[in-house]
Parts: sequence; structure tokens; C-alpha cells
Amino acid sequence: MQTNQLLLIFCAALLLLGLLAFFAGRSKATRIRSAGTAMFAQPDQYAWFTVLSTAGPALLVSALGAFVLLLMGANIPTLYLLAASLVVAAIGLLVSLNQVKPDFHARQAMERVIRMILASAALISIFTTFGILFSIISEAVRFFKMHSFWEFITGTTWSPGASFLAAAGRGDGGGAEFGSVPLFAGTFMITAIAMLVAVPVGLLSAIYMSEYAPSKVRTVAKPVLEVLAGIPTVVYGFFAAITVAPLIVTLAGFLGLDASYNNALAPGIVMGIMIIPFISSLSDDVINSVPDTMRQGSLALGMTKGETIRDVVVPAALPGIISASLLGVSRAMGETMIVVMAAGMRPNLTANPLEDMTTVTVRIVAALTGDQEFESAETLSAFALGLVLFAVTLVLNLVSVLMIRRFREKYRVNNL
Amino acid sequence: MNSQAPVMSEQDTPNVGQPYTINDQACHDLSIRVRDLNLWYGKNQALKNLNIDLFQKNVTALIGPSGCGKSTFLRCLNRMNDLIPTVHTEGLVEMDGHDVNAKKMDEVALRRRVGMVFQKPNPFPKSIYENVSYAPRMHDIVSRKADQDELVEQALRDAGLWNEVKDKLQEPGTSLSGGQQQRLCIARAIAVQPDVILMDEPTSALDPISTATIEDLMDRLKEKFTIVTVTHNMQQAARVADYTAFFHLGEIIEYNDTKVMFSTPAKKKTEDYISGRYG
Amino acid sequence: MSHTFDDISQQLKHRHRKSTRLKWITMGSLGLAGLFLVLFFADMLNKGLPAFQQAYIQVEINYNEEAETDGRQAFDEELIPIISRTMVRVIPMELRNNPDMIGTSTNEWVLATSEVDQYLKGHRSSLSPEERAAIDERVEAGQVDMRFNTTFFTNGDSKIAEYAGILSAVIGTVMTMIVTLAISFPIGVMTAVYLEEFAPDNRFTQAIEININNLAAIPSILFGLLGLAIFINFFGVPRSSPLAGGMTLALMTLPVIIISTRAALRSVPDSIRHAAFGVGCSRWQVVRDHVLPLAMPGIMTGSIIGLAQAMGETAPLIIVGMVAFIPDAGVSFTEAATVMPAQIFTWSGEPEQAFVEKTAGGILVLLTILISLNAFAVVLRKKFERRW
Repeated sequence: MQTNQLLLIFCAALLLLGLLAFFAGRSKATRIRSAGTAMFAQPDQYAWFTVLSTAGPALLVSALGAFVLLLMGANIPTLYLLAASLVVAAIGLLVSLNQVKPDFHARQAMERVIRMILASAALISIFTTFGILFSIISEAVRFFKMHSFWEFITGTTWSPGASFLAAAGRGDGGGAEFGSVPLFAGTFMITAIAMLVAVPVGLLSAIYMSEYAPSKVRTVAKPVLEVLAGIPTVVYGFFAAITVAPLIVTLAGFLGLDASYNNALAPGIVMGIMIIPFISSLSDDVINSVPDTMRQGSLALGMTKGETIRDVVVPAALPGIISASLLGVSRAMGETMIVVMAAGMRPNLTANPLEDMTTVTVRIVAALTGDQEFESAETLSAFALGLVLFAVTLVLNLVSVLMIRRFREKYRVNNL
Repeated sequence: MNSQAPVMSEQDTPNVGQPYTINDQACHDLSIRVRDLNLWYGKNQALKNLNIDLFQKNVTALIGPSGCGKSTFLRCLNRMNDLIPTVHTEGLVEMDGHDVNAKKMDEVALRRRVGMVFQKPNPFPKSIYENVSYAPRMHDIVSRKADQDELVEQALRDAGLWNEVKDKLQEPGTSLSGGQQQRLCIARAIAVQPDVILMDEPTSALDPISTATIEDLMDRLKEKFTIVTVTHNMQQAARVADYTAFFHLGEIIEYNDTKVMFSTPAKKKTEDYISGRYG
Repeated sequence: MSHTFDDISQQLKHRHRKSTRLKWITMGSLGLAGLFLVLFFADMLNKGLPAFQQAYIQVEINYNEEAETDGRQAFDEELIPIISRTMVRVIPMELRNNPDMIGTSTNEWVLATSEVDQYLKGHRSSLSPEERAAIDERVEAGQVDMRFNTTFFTNGDSKIAEYAGILSAVIGTVMTMIVTLAISFPIGVMTAVYLEEFAPDNRFTQAIEININNLAAIPSILFGLLGLAIFINFFGVPRSSPLAGGMTLALMTLPVIIISTRAALRSVPDSIRHAAFGVGCSRWQVVRDHVLPLAMPGIMTGSIIGLAQAMGETAPLIIVGMVAFIPDAGVSFTEAATVMPAQIFTWSGEPEQAFVEKTAGGILVLLTILISLNAFAVVLRKKFERRW
């Protein structure tokens, strides 16, 4: 029999047992109650209790079995496993039916189980973080066994070159160099360009929306800006590569400069546009939650509105604005599609934004697409790069969270 | 200002015989003159035909039950009501021969001459020194660092705060206690060297000891400034004010010398209020 | 110490000018952001709208015997370079299925090659001057027509530009999103219910909260690394499948759903809970019968927004291999598939001019879907918005 069919039969049998449990549990409880005995819970609650204790252990057993099967490669036939689960279900059914007694707190027992299910759902997010950490670190460690960590951090040449030959058992991989400095330089360059676009435009737009704009403009402008955040990054990438990059080459040509079609400026600018709404929306919230008494205090001293904004409102909102900008930086560094499509592939250590450069995320994608051996140093290098990216964005996010929390405590704002 | 001008003249008297003036000796100069002032929040009329003269270098207290318009009136004097889009004002508020509500009156210039202290202390998120020196620097009152230091010290001394903060001028203003913060706000206001200081229930958020300190301060400050204060506390009005105006439902019921008002109120409503029958 | 109003106003002039300047600068910034948006959409429409038009040529097809082995024999020789290769390919098959047709001839409208199509749209094309002249002649004769490009919506990917469509990507997206929602919606809502309604305020709970906020800000490509290392390499989920992609995206969408569900739960006032506790409901009954139904519109809105975000995501899917070439859409969760953004990415890498147009066309389809989803979420929120 096919595994799929087996699974189907298993599910049907379990469902049947569950239904049986429900009706048996309820009828027993109803019978007891109609005999005049007072019970702690409603018949339906007893019924659900029996269902839970029938299906729960059975599912647990089958999940555990599946896990063992996959992990340890243990050779348990699926048929036996599922049959065992069904037996467990039947035992659960009998035991729980026996438990349907007037003095049994079925509702509390059930709610304890529900609570545990909810809590284990909450654990999944923790597992996700650990999953990311585990998957990245374990592969990165394998990479660092092949190439020194020091060389990775300080080396200025990134040429994975012949490493895939080494993995295939041909050649010694001697020519490969993994110095990540040019990649990080490219990432920082493009991030810096993006922030140069996003922070001024985003912050000033936020100031306009929260301090000057009539409410009508505000209700229109806010969602329109959000549209910028909703555009998929692959679309931005296309825009950067097809429209913005040639435009920059032409403009540079007018100025007598030589620009590459994969220049760093185009993805940087487009990434900046993408990040504008992140900055503006958070800054807007923060500026709005600066207490009005602060503005009035300044205006009452005979300050102009501009001076009030510049010298009182913005400094008061500064922790929030910095926090928004840090989130923006974290976003820009991890952004992949725009740079994959518009930035170059060539690791290039330069300060000229008109030259082509590559970034960390571009190399991660390059290393993991294509038909390479997973064991090769180049593939594994993606995880080493991912590890550094994870660490940097984690620090940025945490600092940002701490700053916004300080702001919130200072002004007792709850909506941030 | 012209000190020979009579407090009132015949043609100033409004049509309705409102008790807006005091048959006082002419020794007090006029600071702000209000005639037929009406104010609406949208369609709700909050102030009705107010007529009142505020005298220089005196403390005038505005009392009345909550929602009677005393704070709204106070904010008319430095046009803080402009910040509320639905507010609409009519009538004359005259200061130094200028109509405060006139189109060509710059409300920033007005606020420079009519300072304000708020109900809740609202120091800027800057150092104590910066809190005081910021406005004078922007107004070009001082330019040299030494002058600025001197001005800050003087303002803090006038506000009775100098001895408490002279060693921690660079600490943030928000690190002070509530009463100290409020005195810092007063120092901030007087550093601009205004003519009038408006105080909107300046002690309502403070403990009794801080309140007493600030009341003393008002008494000293009136040597230099005209002070108009709103208070919900009649005893405070009786303690600090030279003149008191009683507001009720957007109207001025009675305005008189404080002693006279609290001993022999002219109106039944005033008497009921100050004897605690409502409010 | 008194300054007159005139003195002060004089001094203020300069400061007022600066203040006004700030207002104009901020307004200009907002305008600039708006301008970016307008330019972007104008550019996409300009590049993408022509993709919905396709050139067709009226030709005579002679079903002769040679055509049974070589489809080209069915057409006039000069037609071969200008009609789509796909048309030529199907002739022998058609003939084998219907041998009676041999010897007949018909007059039909067939797909033109993308080069003709691009030439007619005034774009760059590799046609020779003679071929161009020939096309112009046929246009004069009314034998060439621009029609709505149904092929784009009914076909999967193809290396032949005029034959490439977005259907398999749309189906792949739907399958992937089913997996994503089926995983992230229940887990997300359960997590949020636990955190808002059940969890004690202890270190463990705080750790979960910080962790969720952090997950929401982790670069999406790292989720791809997780998918590759854990789901594919460790658990053996088939690479490139909607299952692998959907599971990866589910983990990414999870924080979005958790955060919006928590906000929705929090907006249900405590008085409702107190009332329900007051009539003897247990905590779970309060949540199930009172809080969740009231919070449902907010939860739905958040989930739709999360879904729209996942739908536009590309980077993690590239890592788990969902950039496969899929000419025929399958409906299996475990076989290779592609999704819309990945299809856009693949097309954007093709050098031919016709594919630039396809890419922009695909982008327009994707944007239309995303904007409708978001608009739907906004309408939902407006409709059920409740002031307590």
C-alpha cells in the first residue's frame, strides 16, 4: 500500500474513533446525570475530554514515530507505527470513558490540555529562531573548518573560484579565497546610499504629516506611502535594473563620468525608496506621541513653529527616530532581491558608487543557486555570510527595540 | 505704556452694564484691555461678551467652577487658542495699543511678550541650563556666553530655584521633582523677559509645600511682571491675587479687588460660589 | 525690559522665513515620496501594459504530407521566420491525430513571433529590414492584428517569449499560499491567544515576545537558509515544492499574524471579559465565545496583510529552489513549482526584449492582486471597525 493511502486510512480511523469517543462520552455523562447525580461538568465537556484523550496521545505517538523515523533513520514500517497509534487511541478511549464520573473535573482537565496546546504553539516561534541559528551555525562551522575565520573576516579577496572542483574530488581548491571584506563594503555602501535617501525623505515627510498636514491630506498620504512598503522587492529590483540603472549611466555620461550598468547607486536609491515608509510611519507615530504640552511650552515662549519642531519636537522624538532608522538599516542590509537584480556580482572594494559592487546577500543567493555540491566551500560560505548578517541585524533590531522602549517609558505611550 | 491714561473712560464702557471694571485708583497702569470678547468652539459659545482690564504688576486671579471658560480666556491673551482649529474668536484684546487678534499681529511676537506657565510642568527634554537659555538665545536677548550664563542664573534666582540646581545645570530638566520642574518652567518664562506671565493652574499638579513656594514666588514676581493666574482654589486666589475675576458659564460675573470680592461680593452667584454652595 | 511689538516683529521676520522654509521642505519631501510612487507606477504601466497585447498573423496552412514530419512544410517559406515556432511544432501532431486533414488547407490567425510583436509595438527587434518591409506589407493588407494576449494567462512558462504565460506561477502561488496560511494562521492565532489571554507575565513570556519582534525584523533570506538546511536537507521535504516554499514562508508570516492578532485581542475591552467571567465562564470559554469572535475581523485583516507580504516574497523561495522552469502547472504540493515573484525574477534574467515586457506584465498582475488584497483588508477593517 502507498504511504498516502495508509495515511488516509489512519486519519479516517482516528476520526471514527474520535466520533465514537464523543458520543460514548456524552451518552455516558447524560446517563449518569439523568439518573439524578450532580456532575462537575456538562456532558459535552466530558465528550470533548474523551475525544482529546483519544486523539491526543495517538497523534503524539505517530508524530514521535515519524520524527524517529526521519531523524534516526530507524526502520519502523509505517504500517506498524500507525497501527500502534490506533491502539494507543483505543486505549485512550477506554481509559477516558472510565474517567467519566460525577466527581471528575472534565472541564478543568480539558482546559489544562488546551492551555498546553496554546503554549506549545507559542514555542514554535522560539523554535524558528533556534532553527535559523542552528541551521546557519552548523553549516557555518563546517565552512570555518575549511577556511580560517580570520581570513574570512579580514580578507579582501572573494574568489570562490575552483572550490567546487575540490568538493568534487578534483583539484585541491587551492585557488579559492574567502575574504568577505569586499562583500561587506558593498553592503555598507548600498545601505548608506539607501539611508541617505530614506532617512531625510521619510523623516521630513513624517514631520509634514504629523505637524503641518491638514487631516484630509494625512488620511490620504499615510496609506499611499504604505503602498511603497507593499511593493514586492522583486518588483523594485526590476525597476532598479531596467529603469534606474540606465538612467544613472546616462546622467553620469552627461557629467563625463563612467558608470557601470550594475552601479551601486541604482539599487541604493531604489532600496531607499522602499525604506521611506518604514521610517516615515514609525517616525510619524513617535512624533505624534510627543506630548502636546511640549509644543505648547515652546510656542508660549514665543518660538516659531519651525523652531519648536526643530529644537523641541524632533529632539524629544529622537530615540524613536533613531530606532526607526536602525530598523531601516537592518532592513537594507538584509534586502536581497533588489541587489541580486541590480547590483553586480563582482566583489569590488571601492568607494565609487558608480562602479559595480556585490553584497553579502547577492553572494548568498549566488552560492545557493546553480548546481553545486552542497558540501562545497562556496555553498557553505553562504551560511557563514548568513551568520554575520544574522548577528548584525540582530544587534540592530535589539538596540532599536531598547531605544523605542526607553522612549515609551519616558512619555508613557502605549501604542508604540 | 501711558501711565497717565485713566483706567477706564466713558466710551470704553460697554452697552451692557457688565461688572467688568473696578472703580479703582488710577495708580495701576493698564496692561491688557478686553472688550466684548466672544469665543466659540465650533458652534459652542465658550466665552460671552467678556470685558475686563488687567493691571500691570499685579496678580489677577481667575476663579470659577470647572468648564467656566477661565482657562480658555487665559489662552486668548497669548493666542494659544489658535492651535485649536475649531476655535473662532471675536472682540478686542488690546495690549500696548495693539489689537492682539488683528491679522497683522504676529502671534509669535505676542507670545514673546506674554509668557505662559502650564498646569503640568513641561520642561523640554534638555538640560536645566538649556531649558532656560534656549528661548533668550533664539530671541537674541543674549549672544555672548557670559551674558547667557548671567541671564540663566538671574532667571533661576528669580524663580527661586538657583540654590537647588546651581551644581547640576547640565542635568536634564526632567530629572527634577514636580515642584522644581514647575519653577524651572517659570524661570524659562521669565528668562524671555515678558511683560505678562499667564499661569494656568500652575499648582494643581503639585504637593502643598511646592504650592506654597510657588505662591511666594508669584508674590515676588509681580514686582517685575503682570501675572494672570487661573486657579480652582479660592484660598489660593485670596492669598496671592490683588484682583479676582469670577467666571461662570463663559461670563465674568464679578471682577473686583480680591479683598472686597471675598468679604463683600456684589453678586449672589459669587457669594454662593465662594461660600462653597457649588463649584 | 519692554520691547515693542514692532521691534520684535522686525527681529522675527528672519525666523518666520526659516520656519516657513521648513514647512515647504517637509511638504516637498512628502511630494518627492509621492513622485517616486507615481514615476514607479507610470514606468511599470508603460513597460507592462503592452504585454497584454499580442500580434497575430493571418496565414494559410496547407496540410500536406511533408508537414506530417516537418511542420514548416505547411507554411509559405517566407512565413517561417515571422510566425511562432510553437505553431509550426503542433502541425505534425495535429496531422497524426486527424489524418483526414491531409490535403486540405485553412486560413487561420496564428501567433506571430515575439520579434514581430516587438517590432509592431515599436520596440527593439532583431528583424532584418526586408522582414520589416514584409510585415509592413501584411499590416497594410490587414493580415496582421494586435489582439488581447490570452496566451499570457492560459500558459505556463516557455522559452519562446510569445508563448510564455503566468498561469503556472499563479497556480504555484495559490498552492504555496494554501500551505503558508494552513500553517501560520492556526499557530499564529494560538500563540497570540496564549500570550494575550493565558500567559503569566514572567521571563519566559517576555522572551517569547522579544523573540517574535525580532523574528519580524530578520532578513527574509535567512528564513530561506532555514528552509534549505532544516526542511529540505534535514526533513527531506522535496526541493522547489510548494510544501517547502509554503513552510518557509509560513515561518516568516507567523510574526505578522501574531502581532496583528494580539493587537486585535487587546482592542477587545476588558469589560467584555469581566462580564463573561461574571456569568461563570471559564477562561477558555471567555476566549472562545466572546473575545475571539469580537477580534476576528482584526485577525482576518492582519492575516490578509501577512498573506500579501508572503505572496510578494522572493528571496527565501529562491534559496529553497522555487525558481524552477514550469511549463505546465501541476497541482501537487510536493512537485516542483514556481510562484509569481519567482517567475518575474526568472523572466527578468532573460535577455530578449520581449521578456522585459513579460516581466513588467507579470509585475502588473502581481501588483493588481496585492493591491486588491490590501484594499480588501482595509475595507474589512473599516467595515468592522468598532469604537468601544
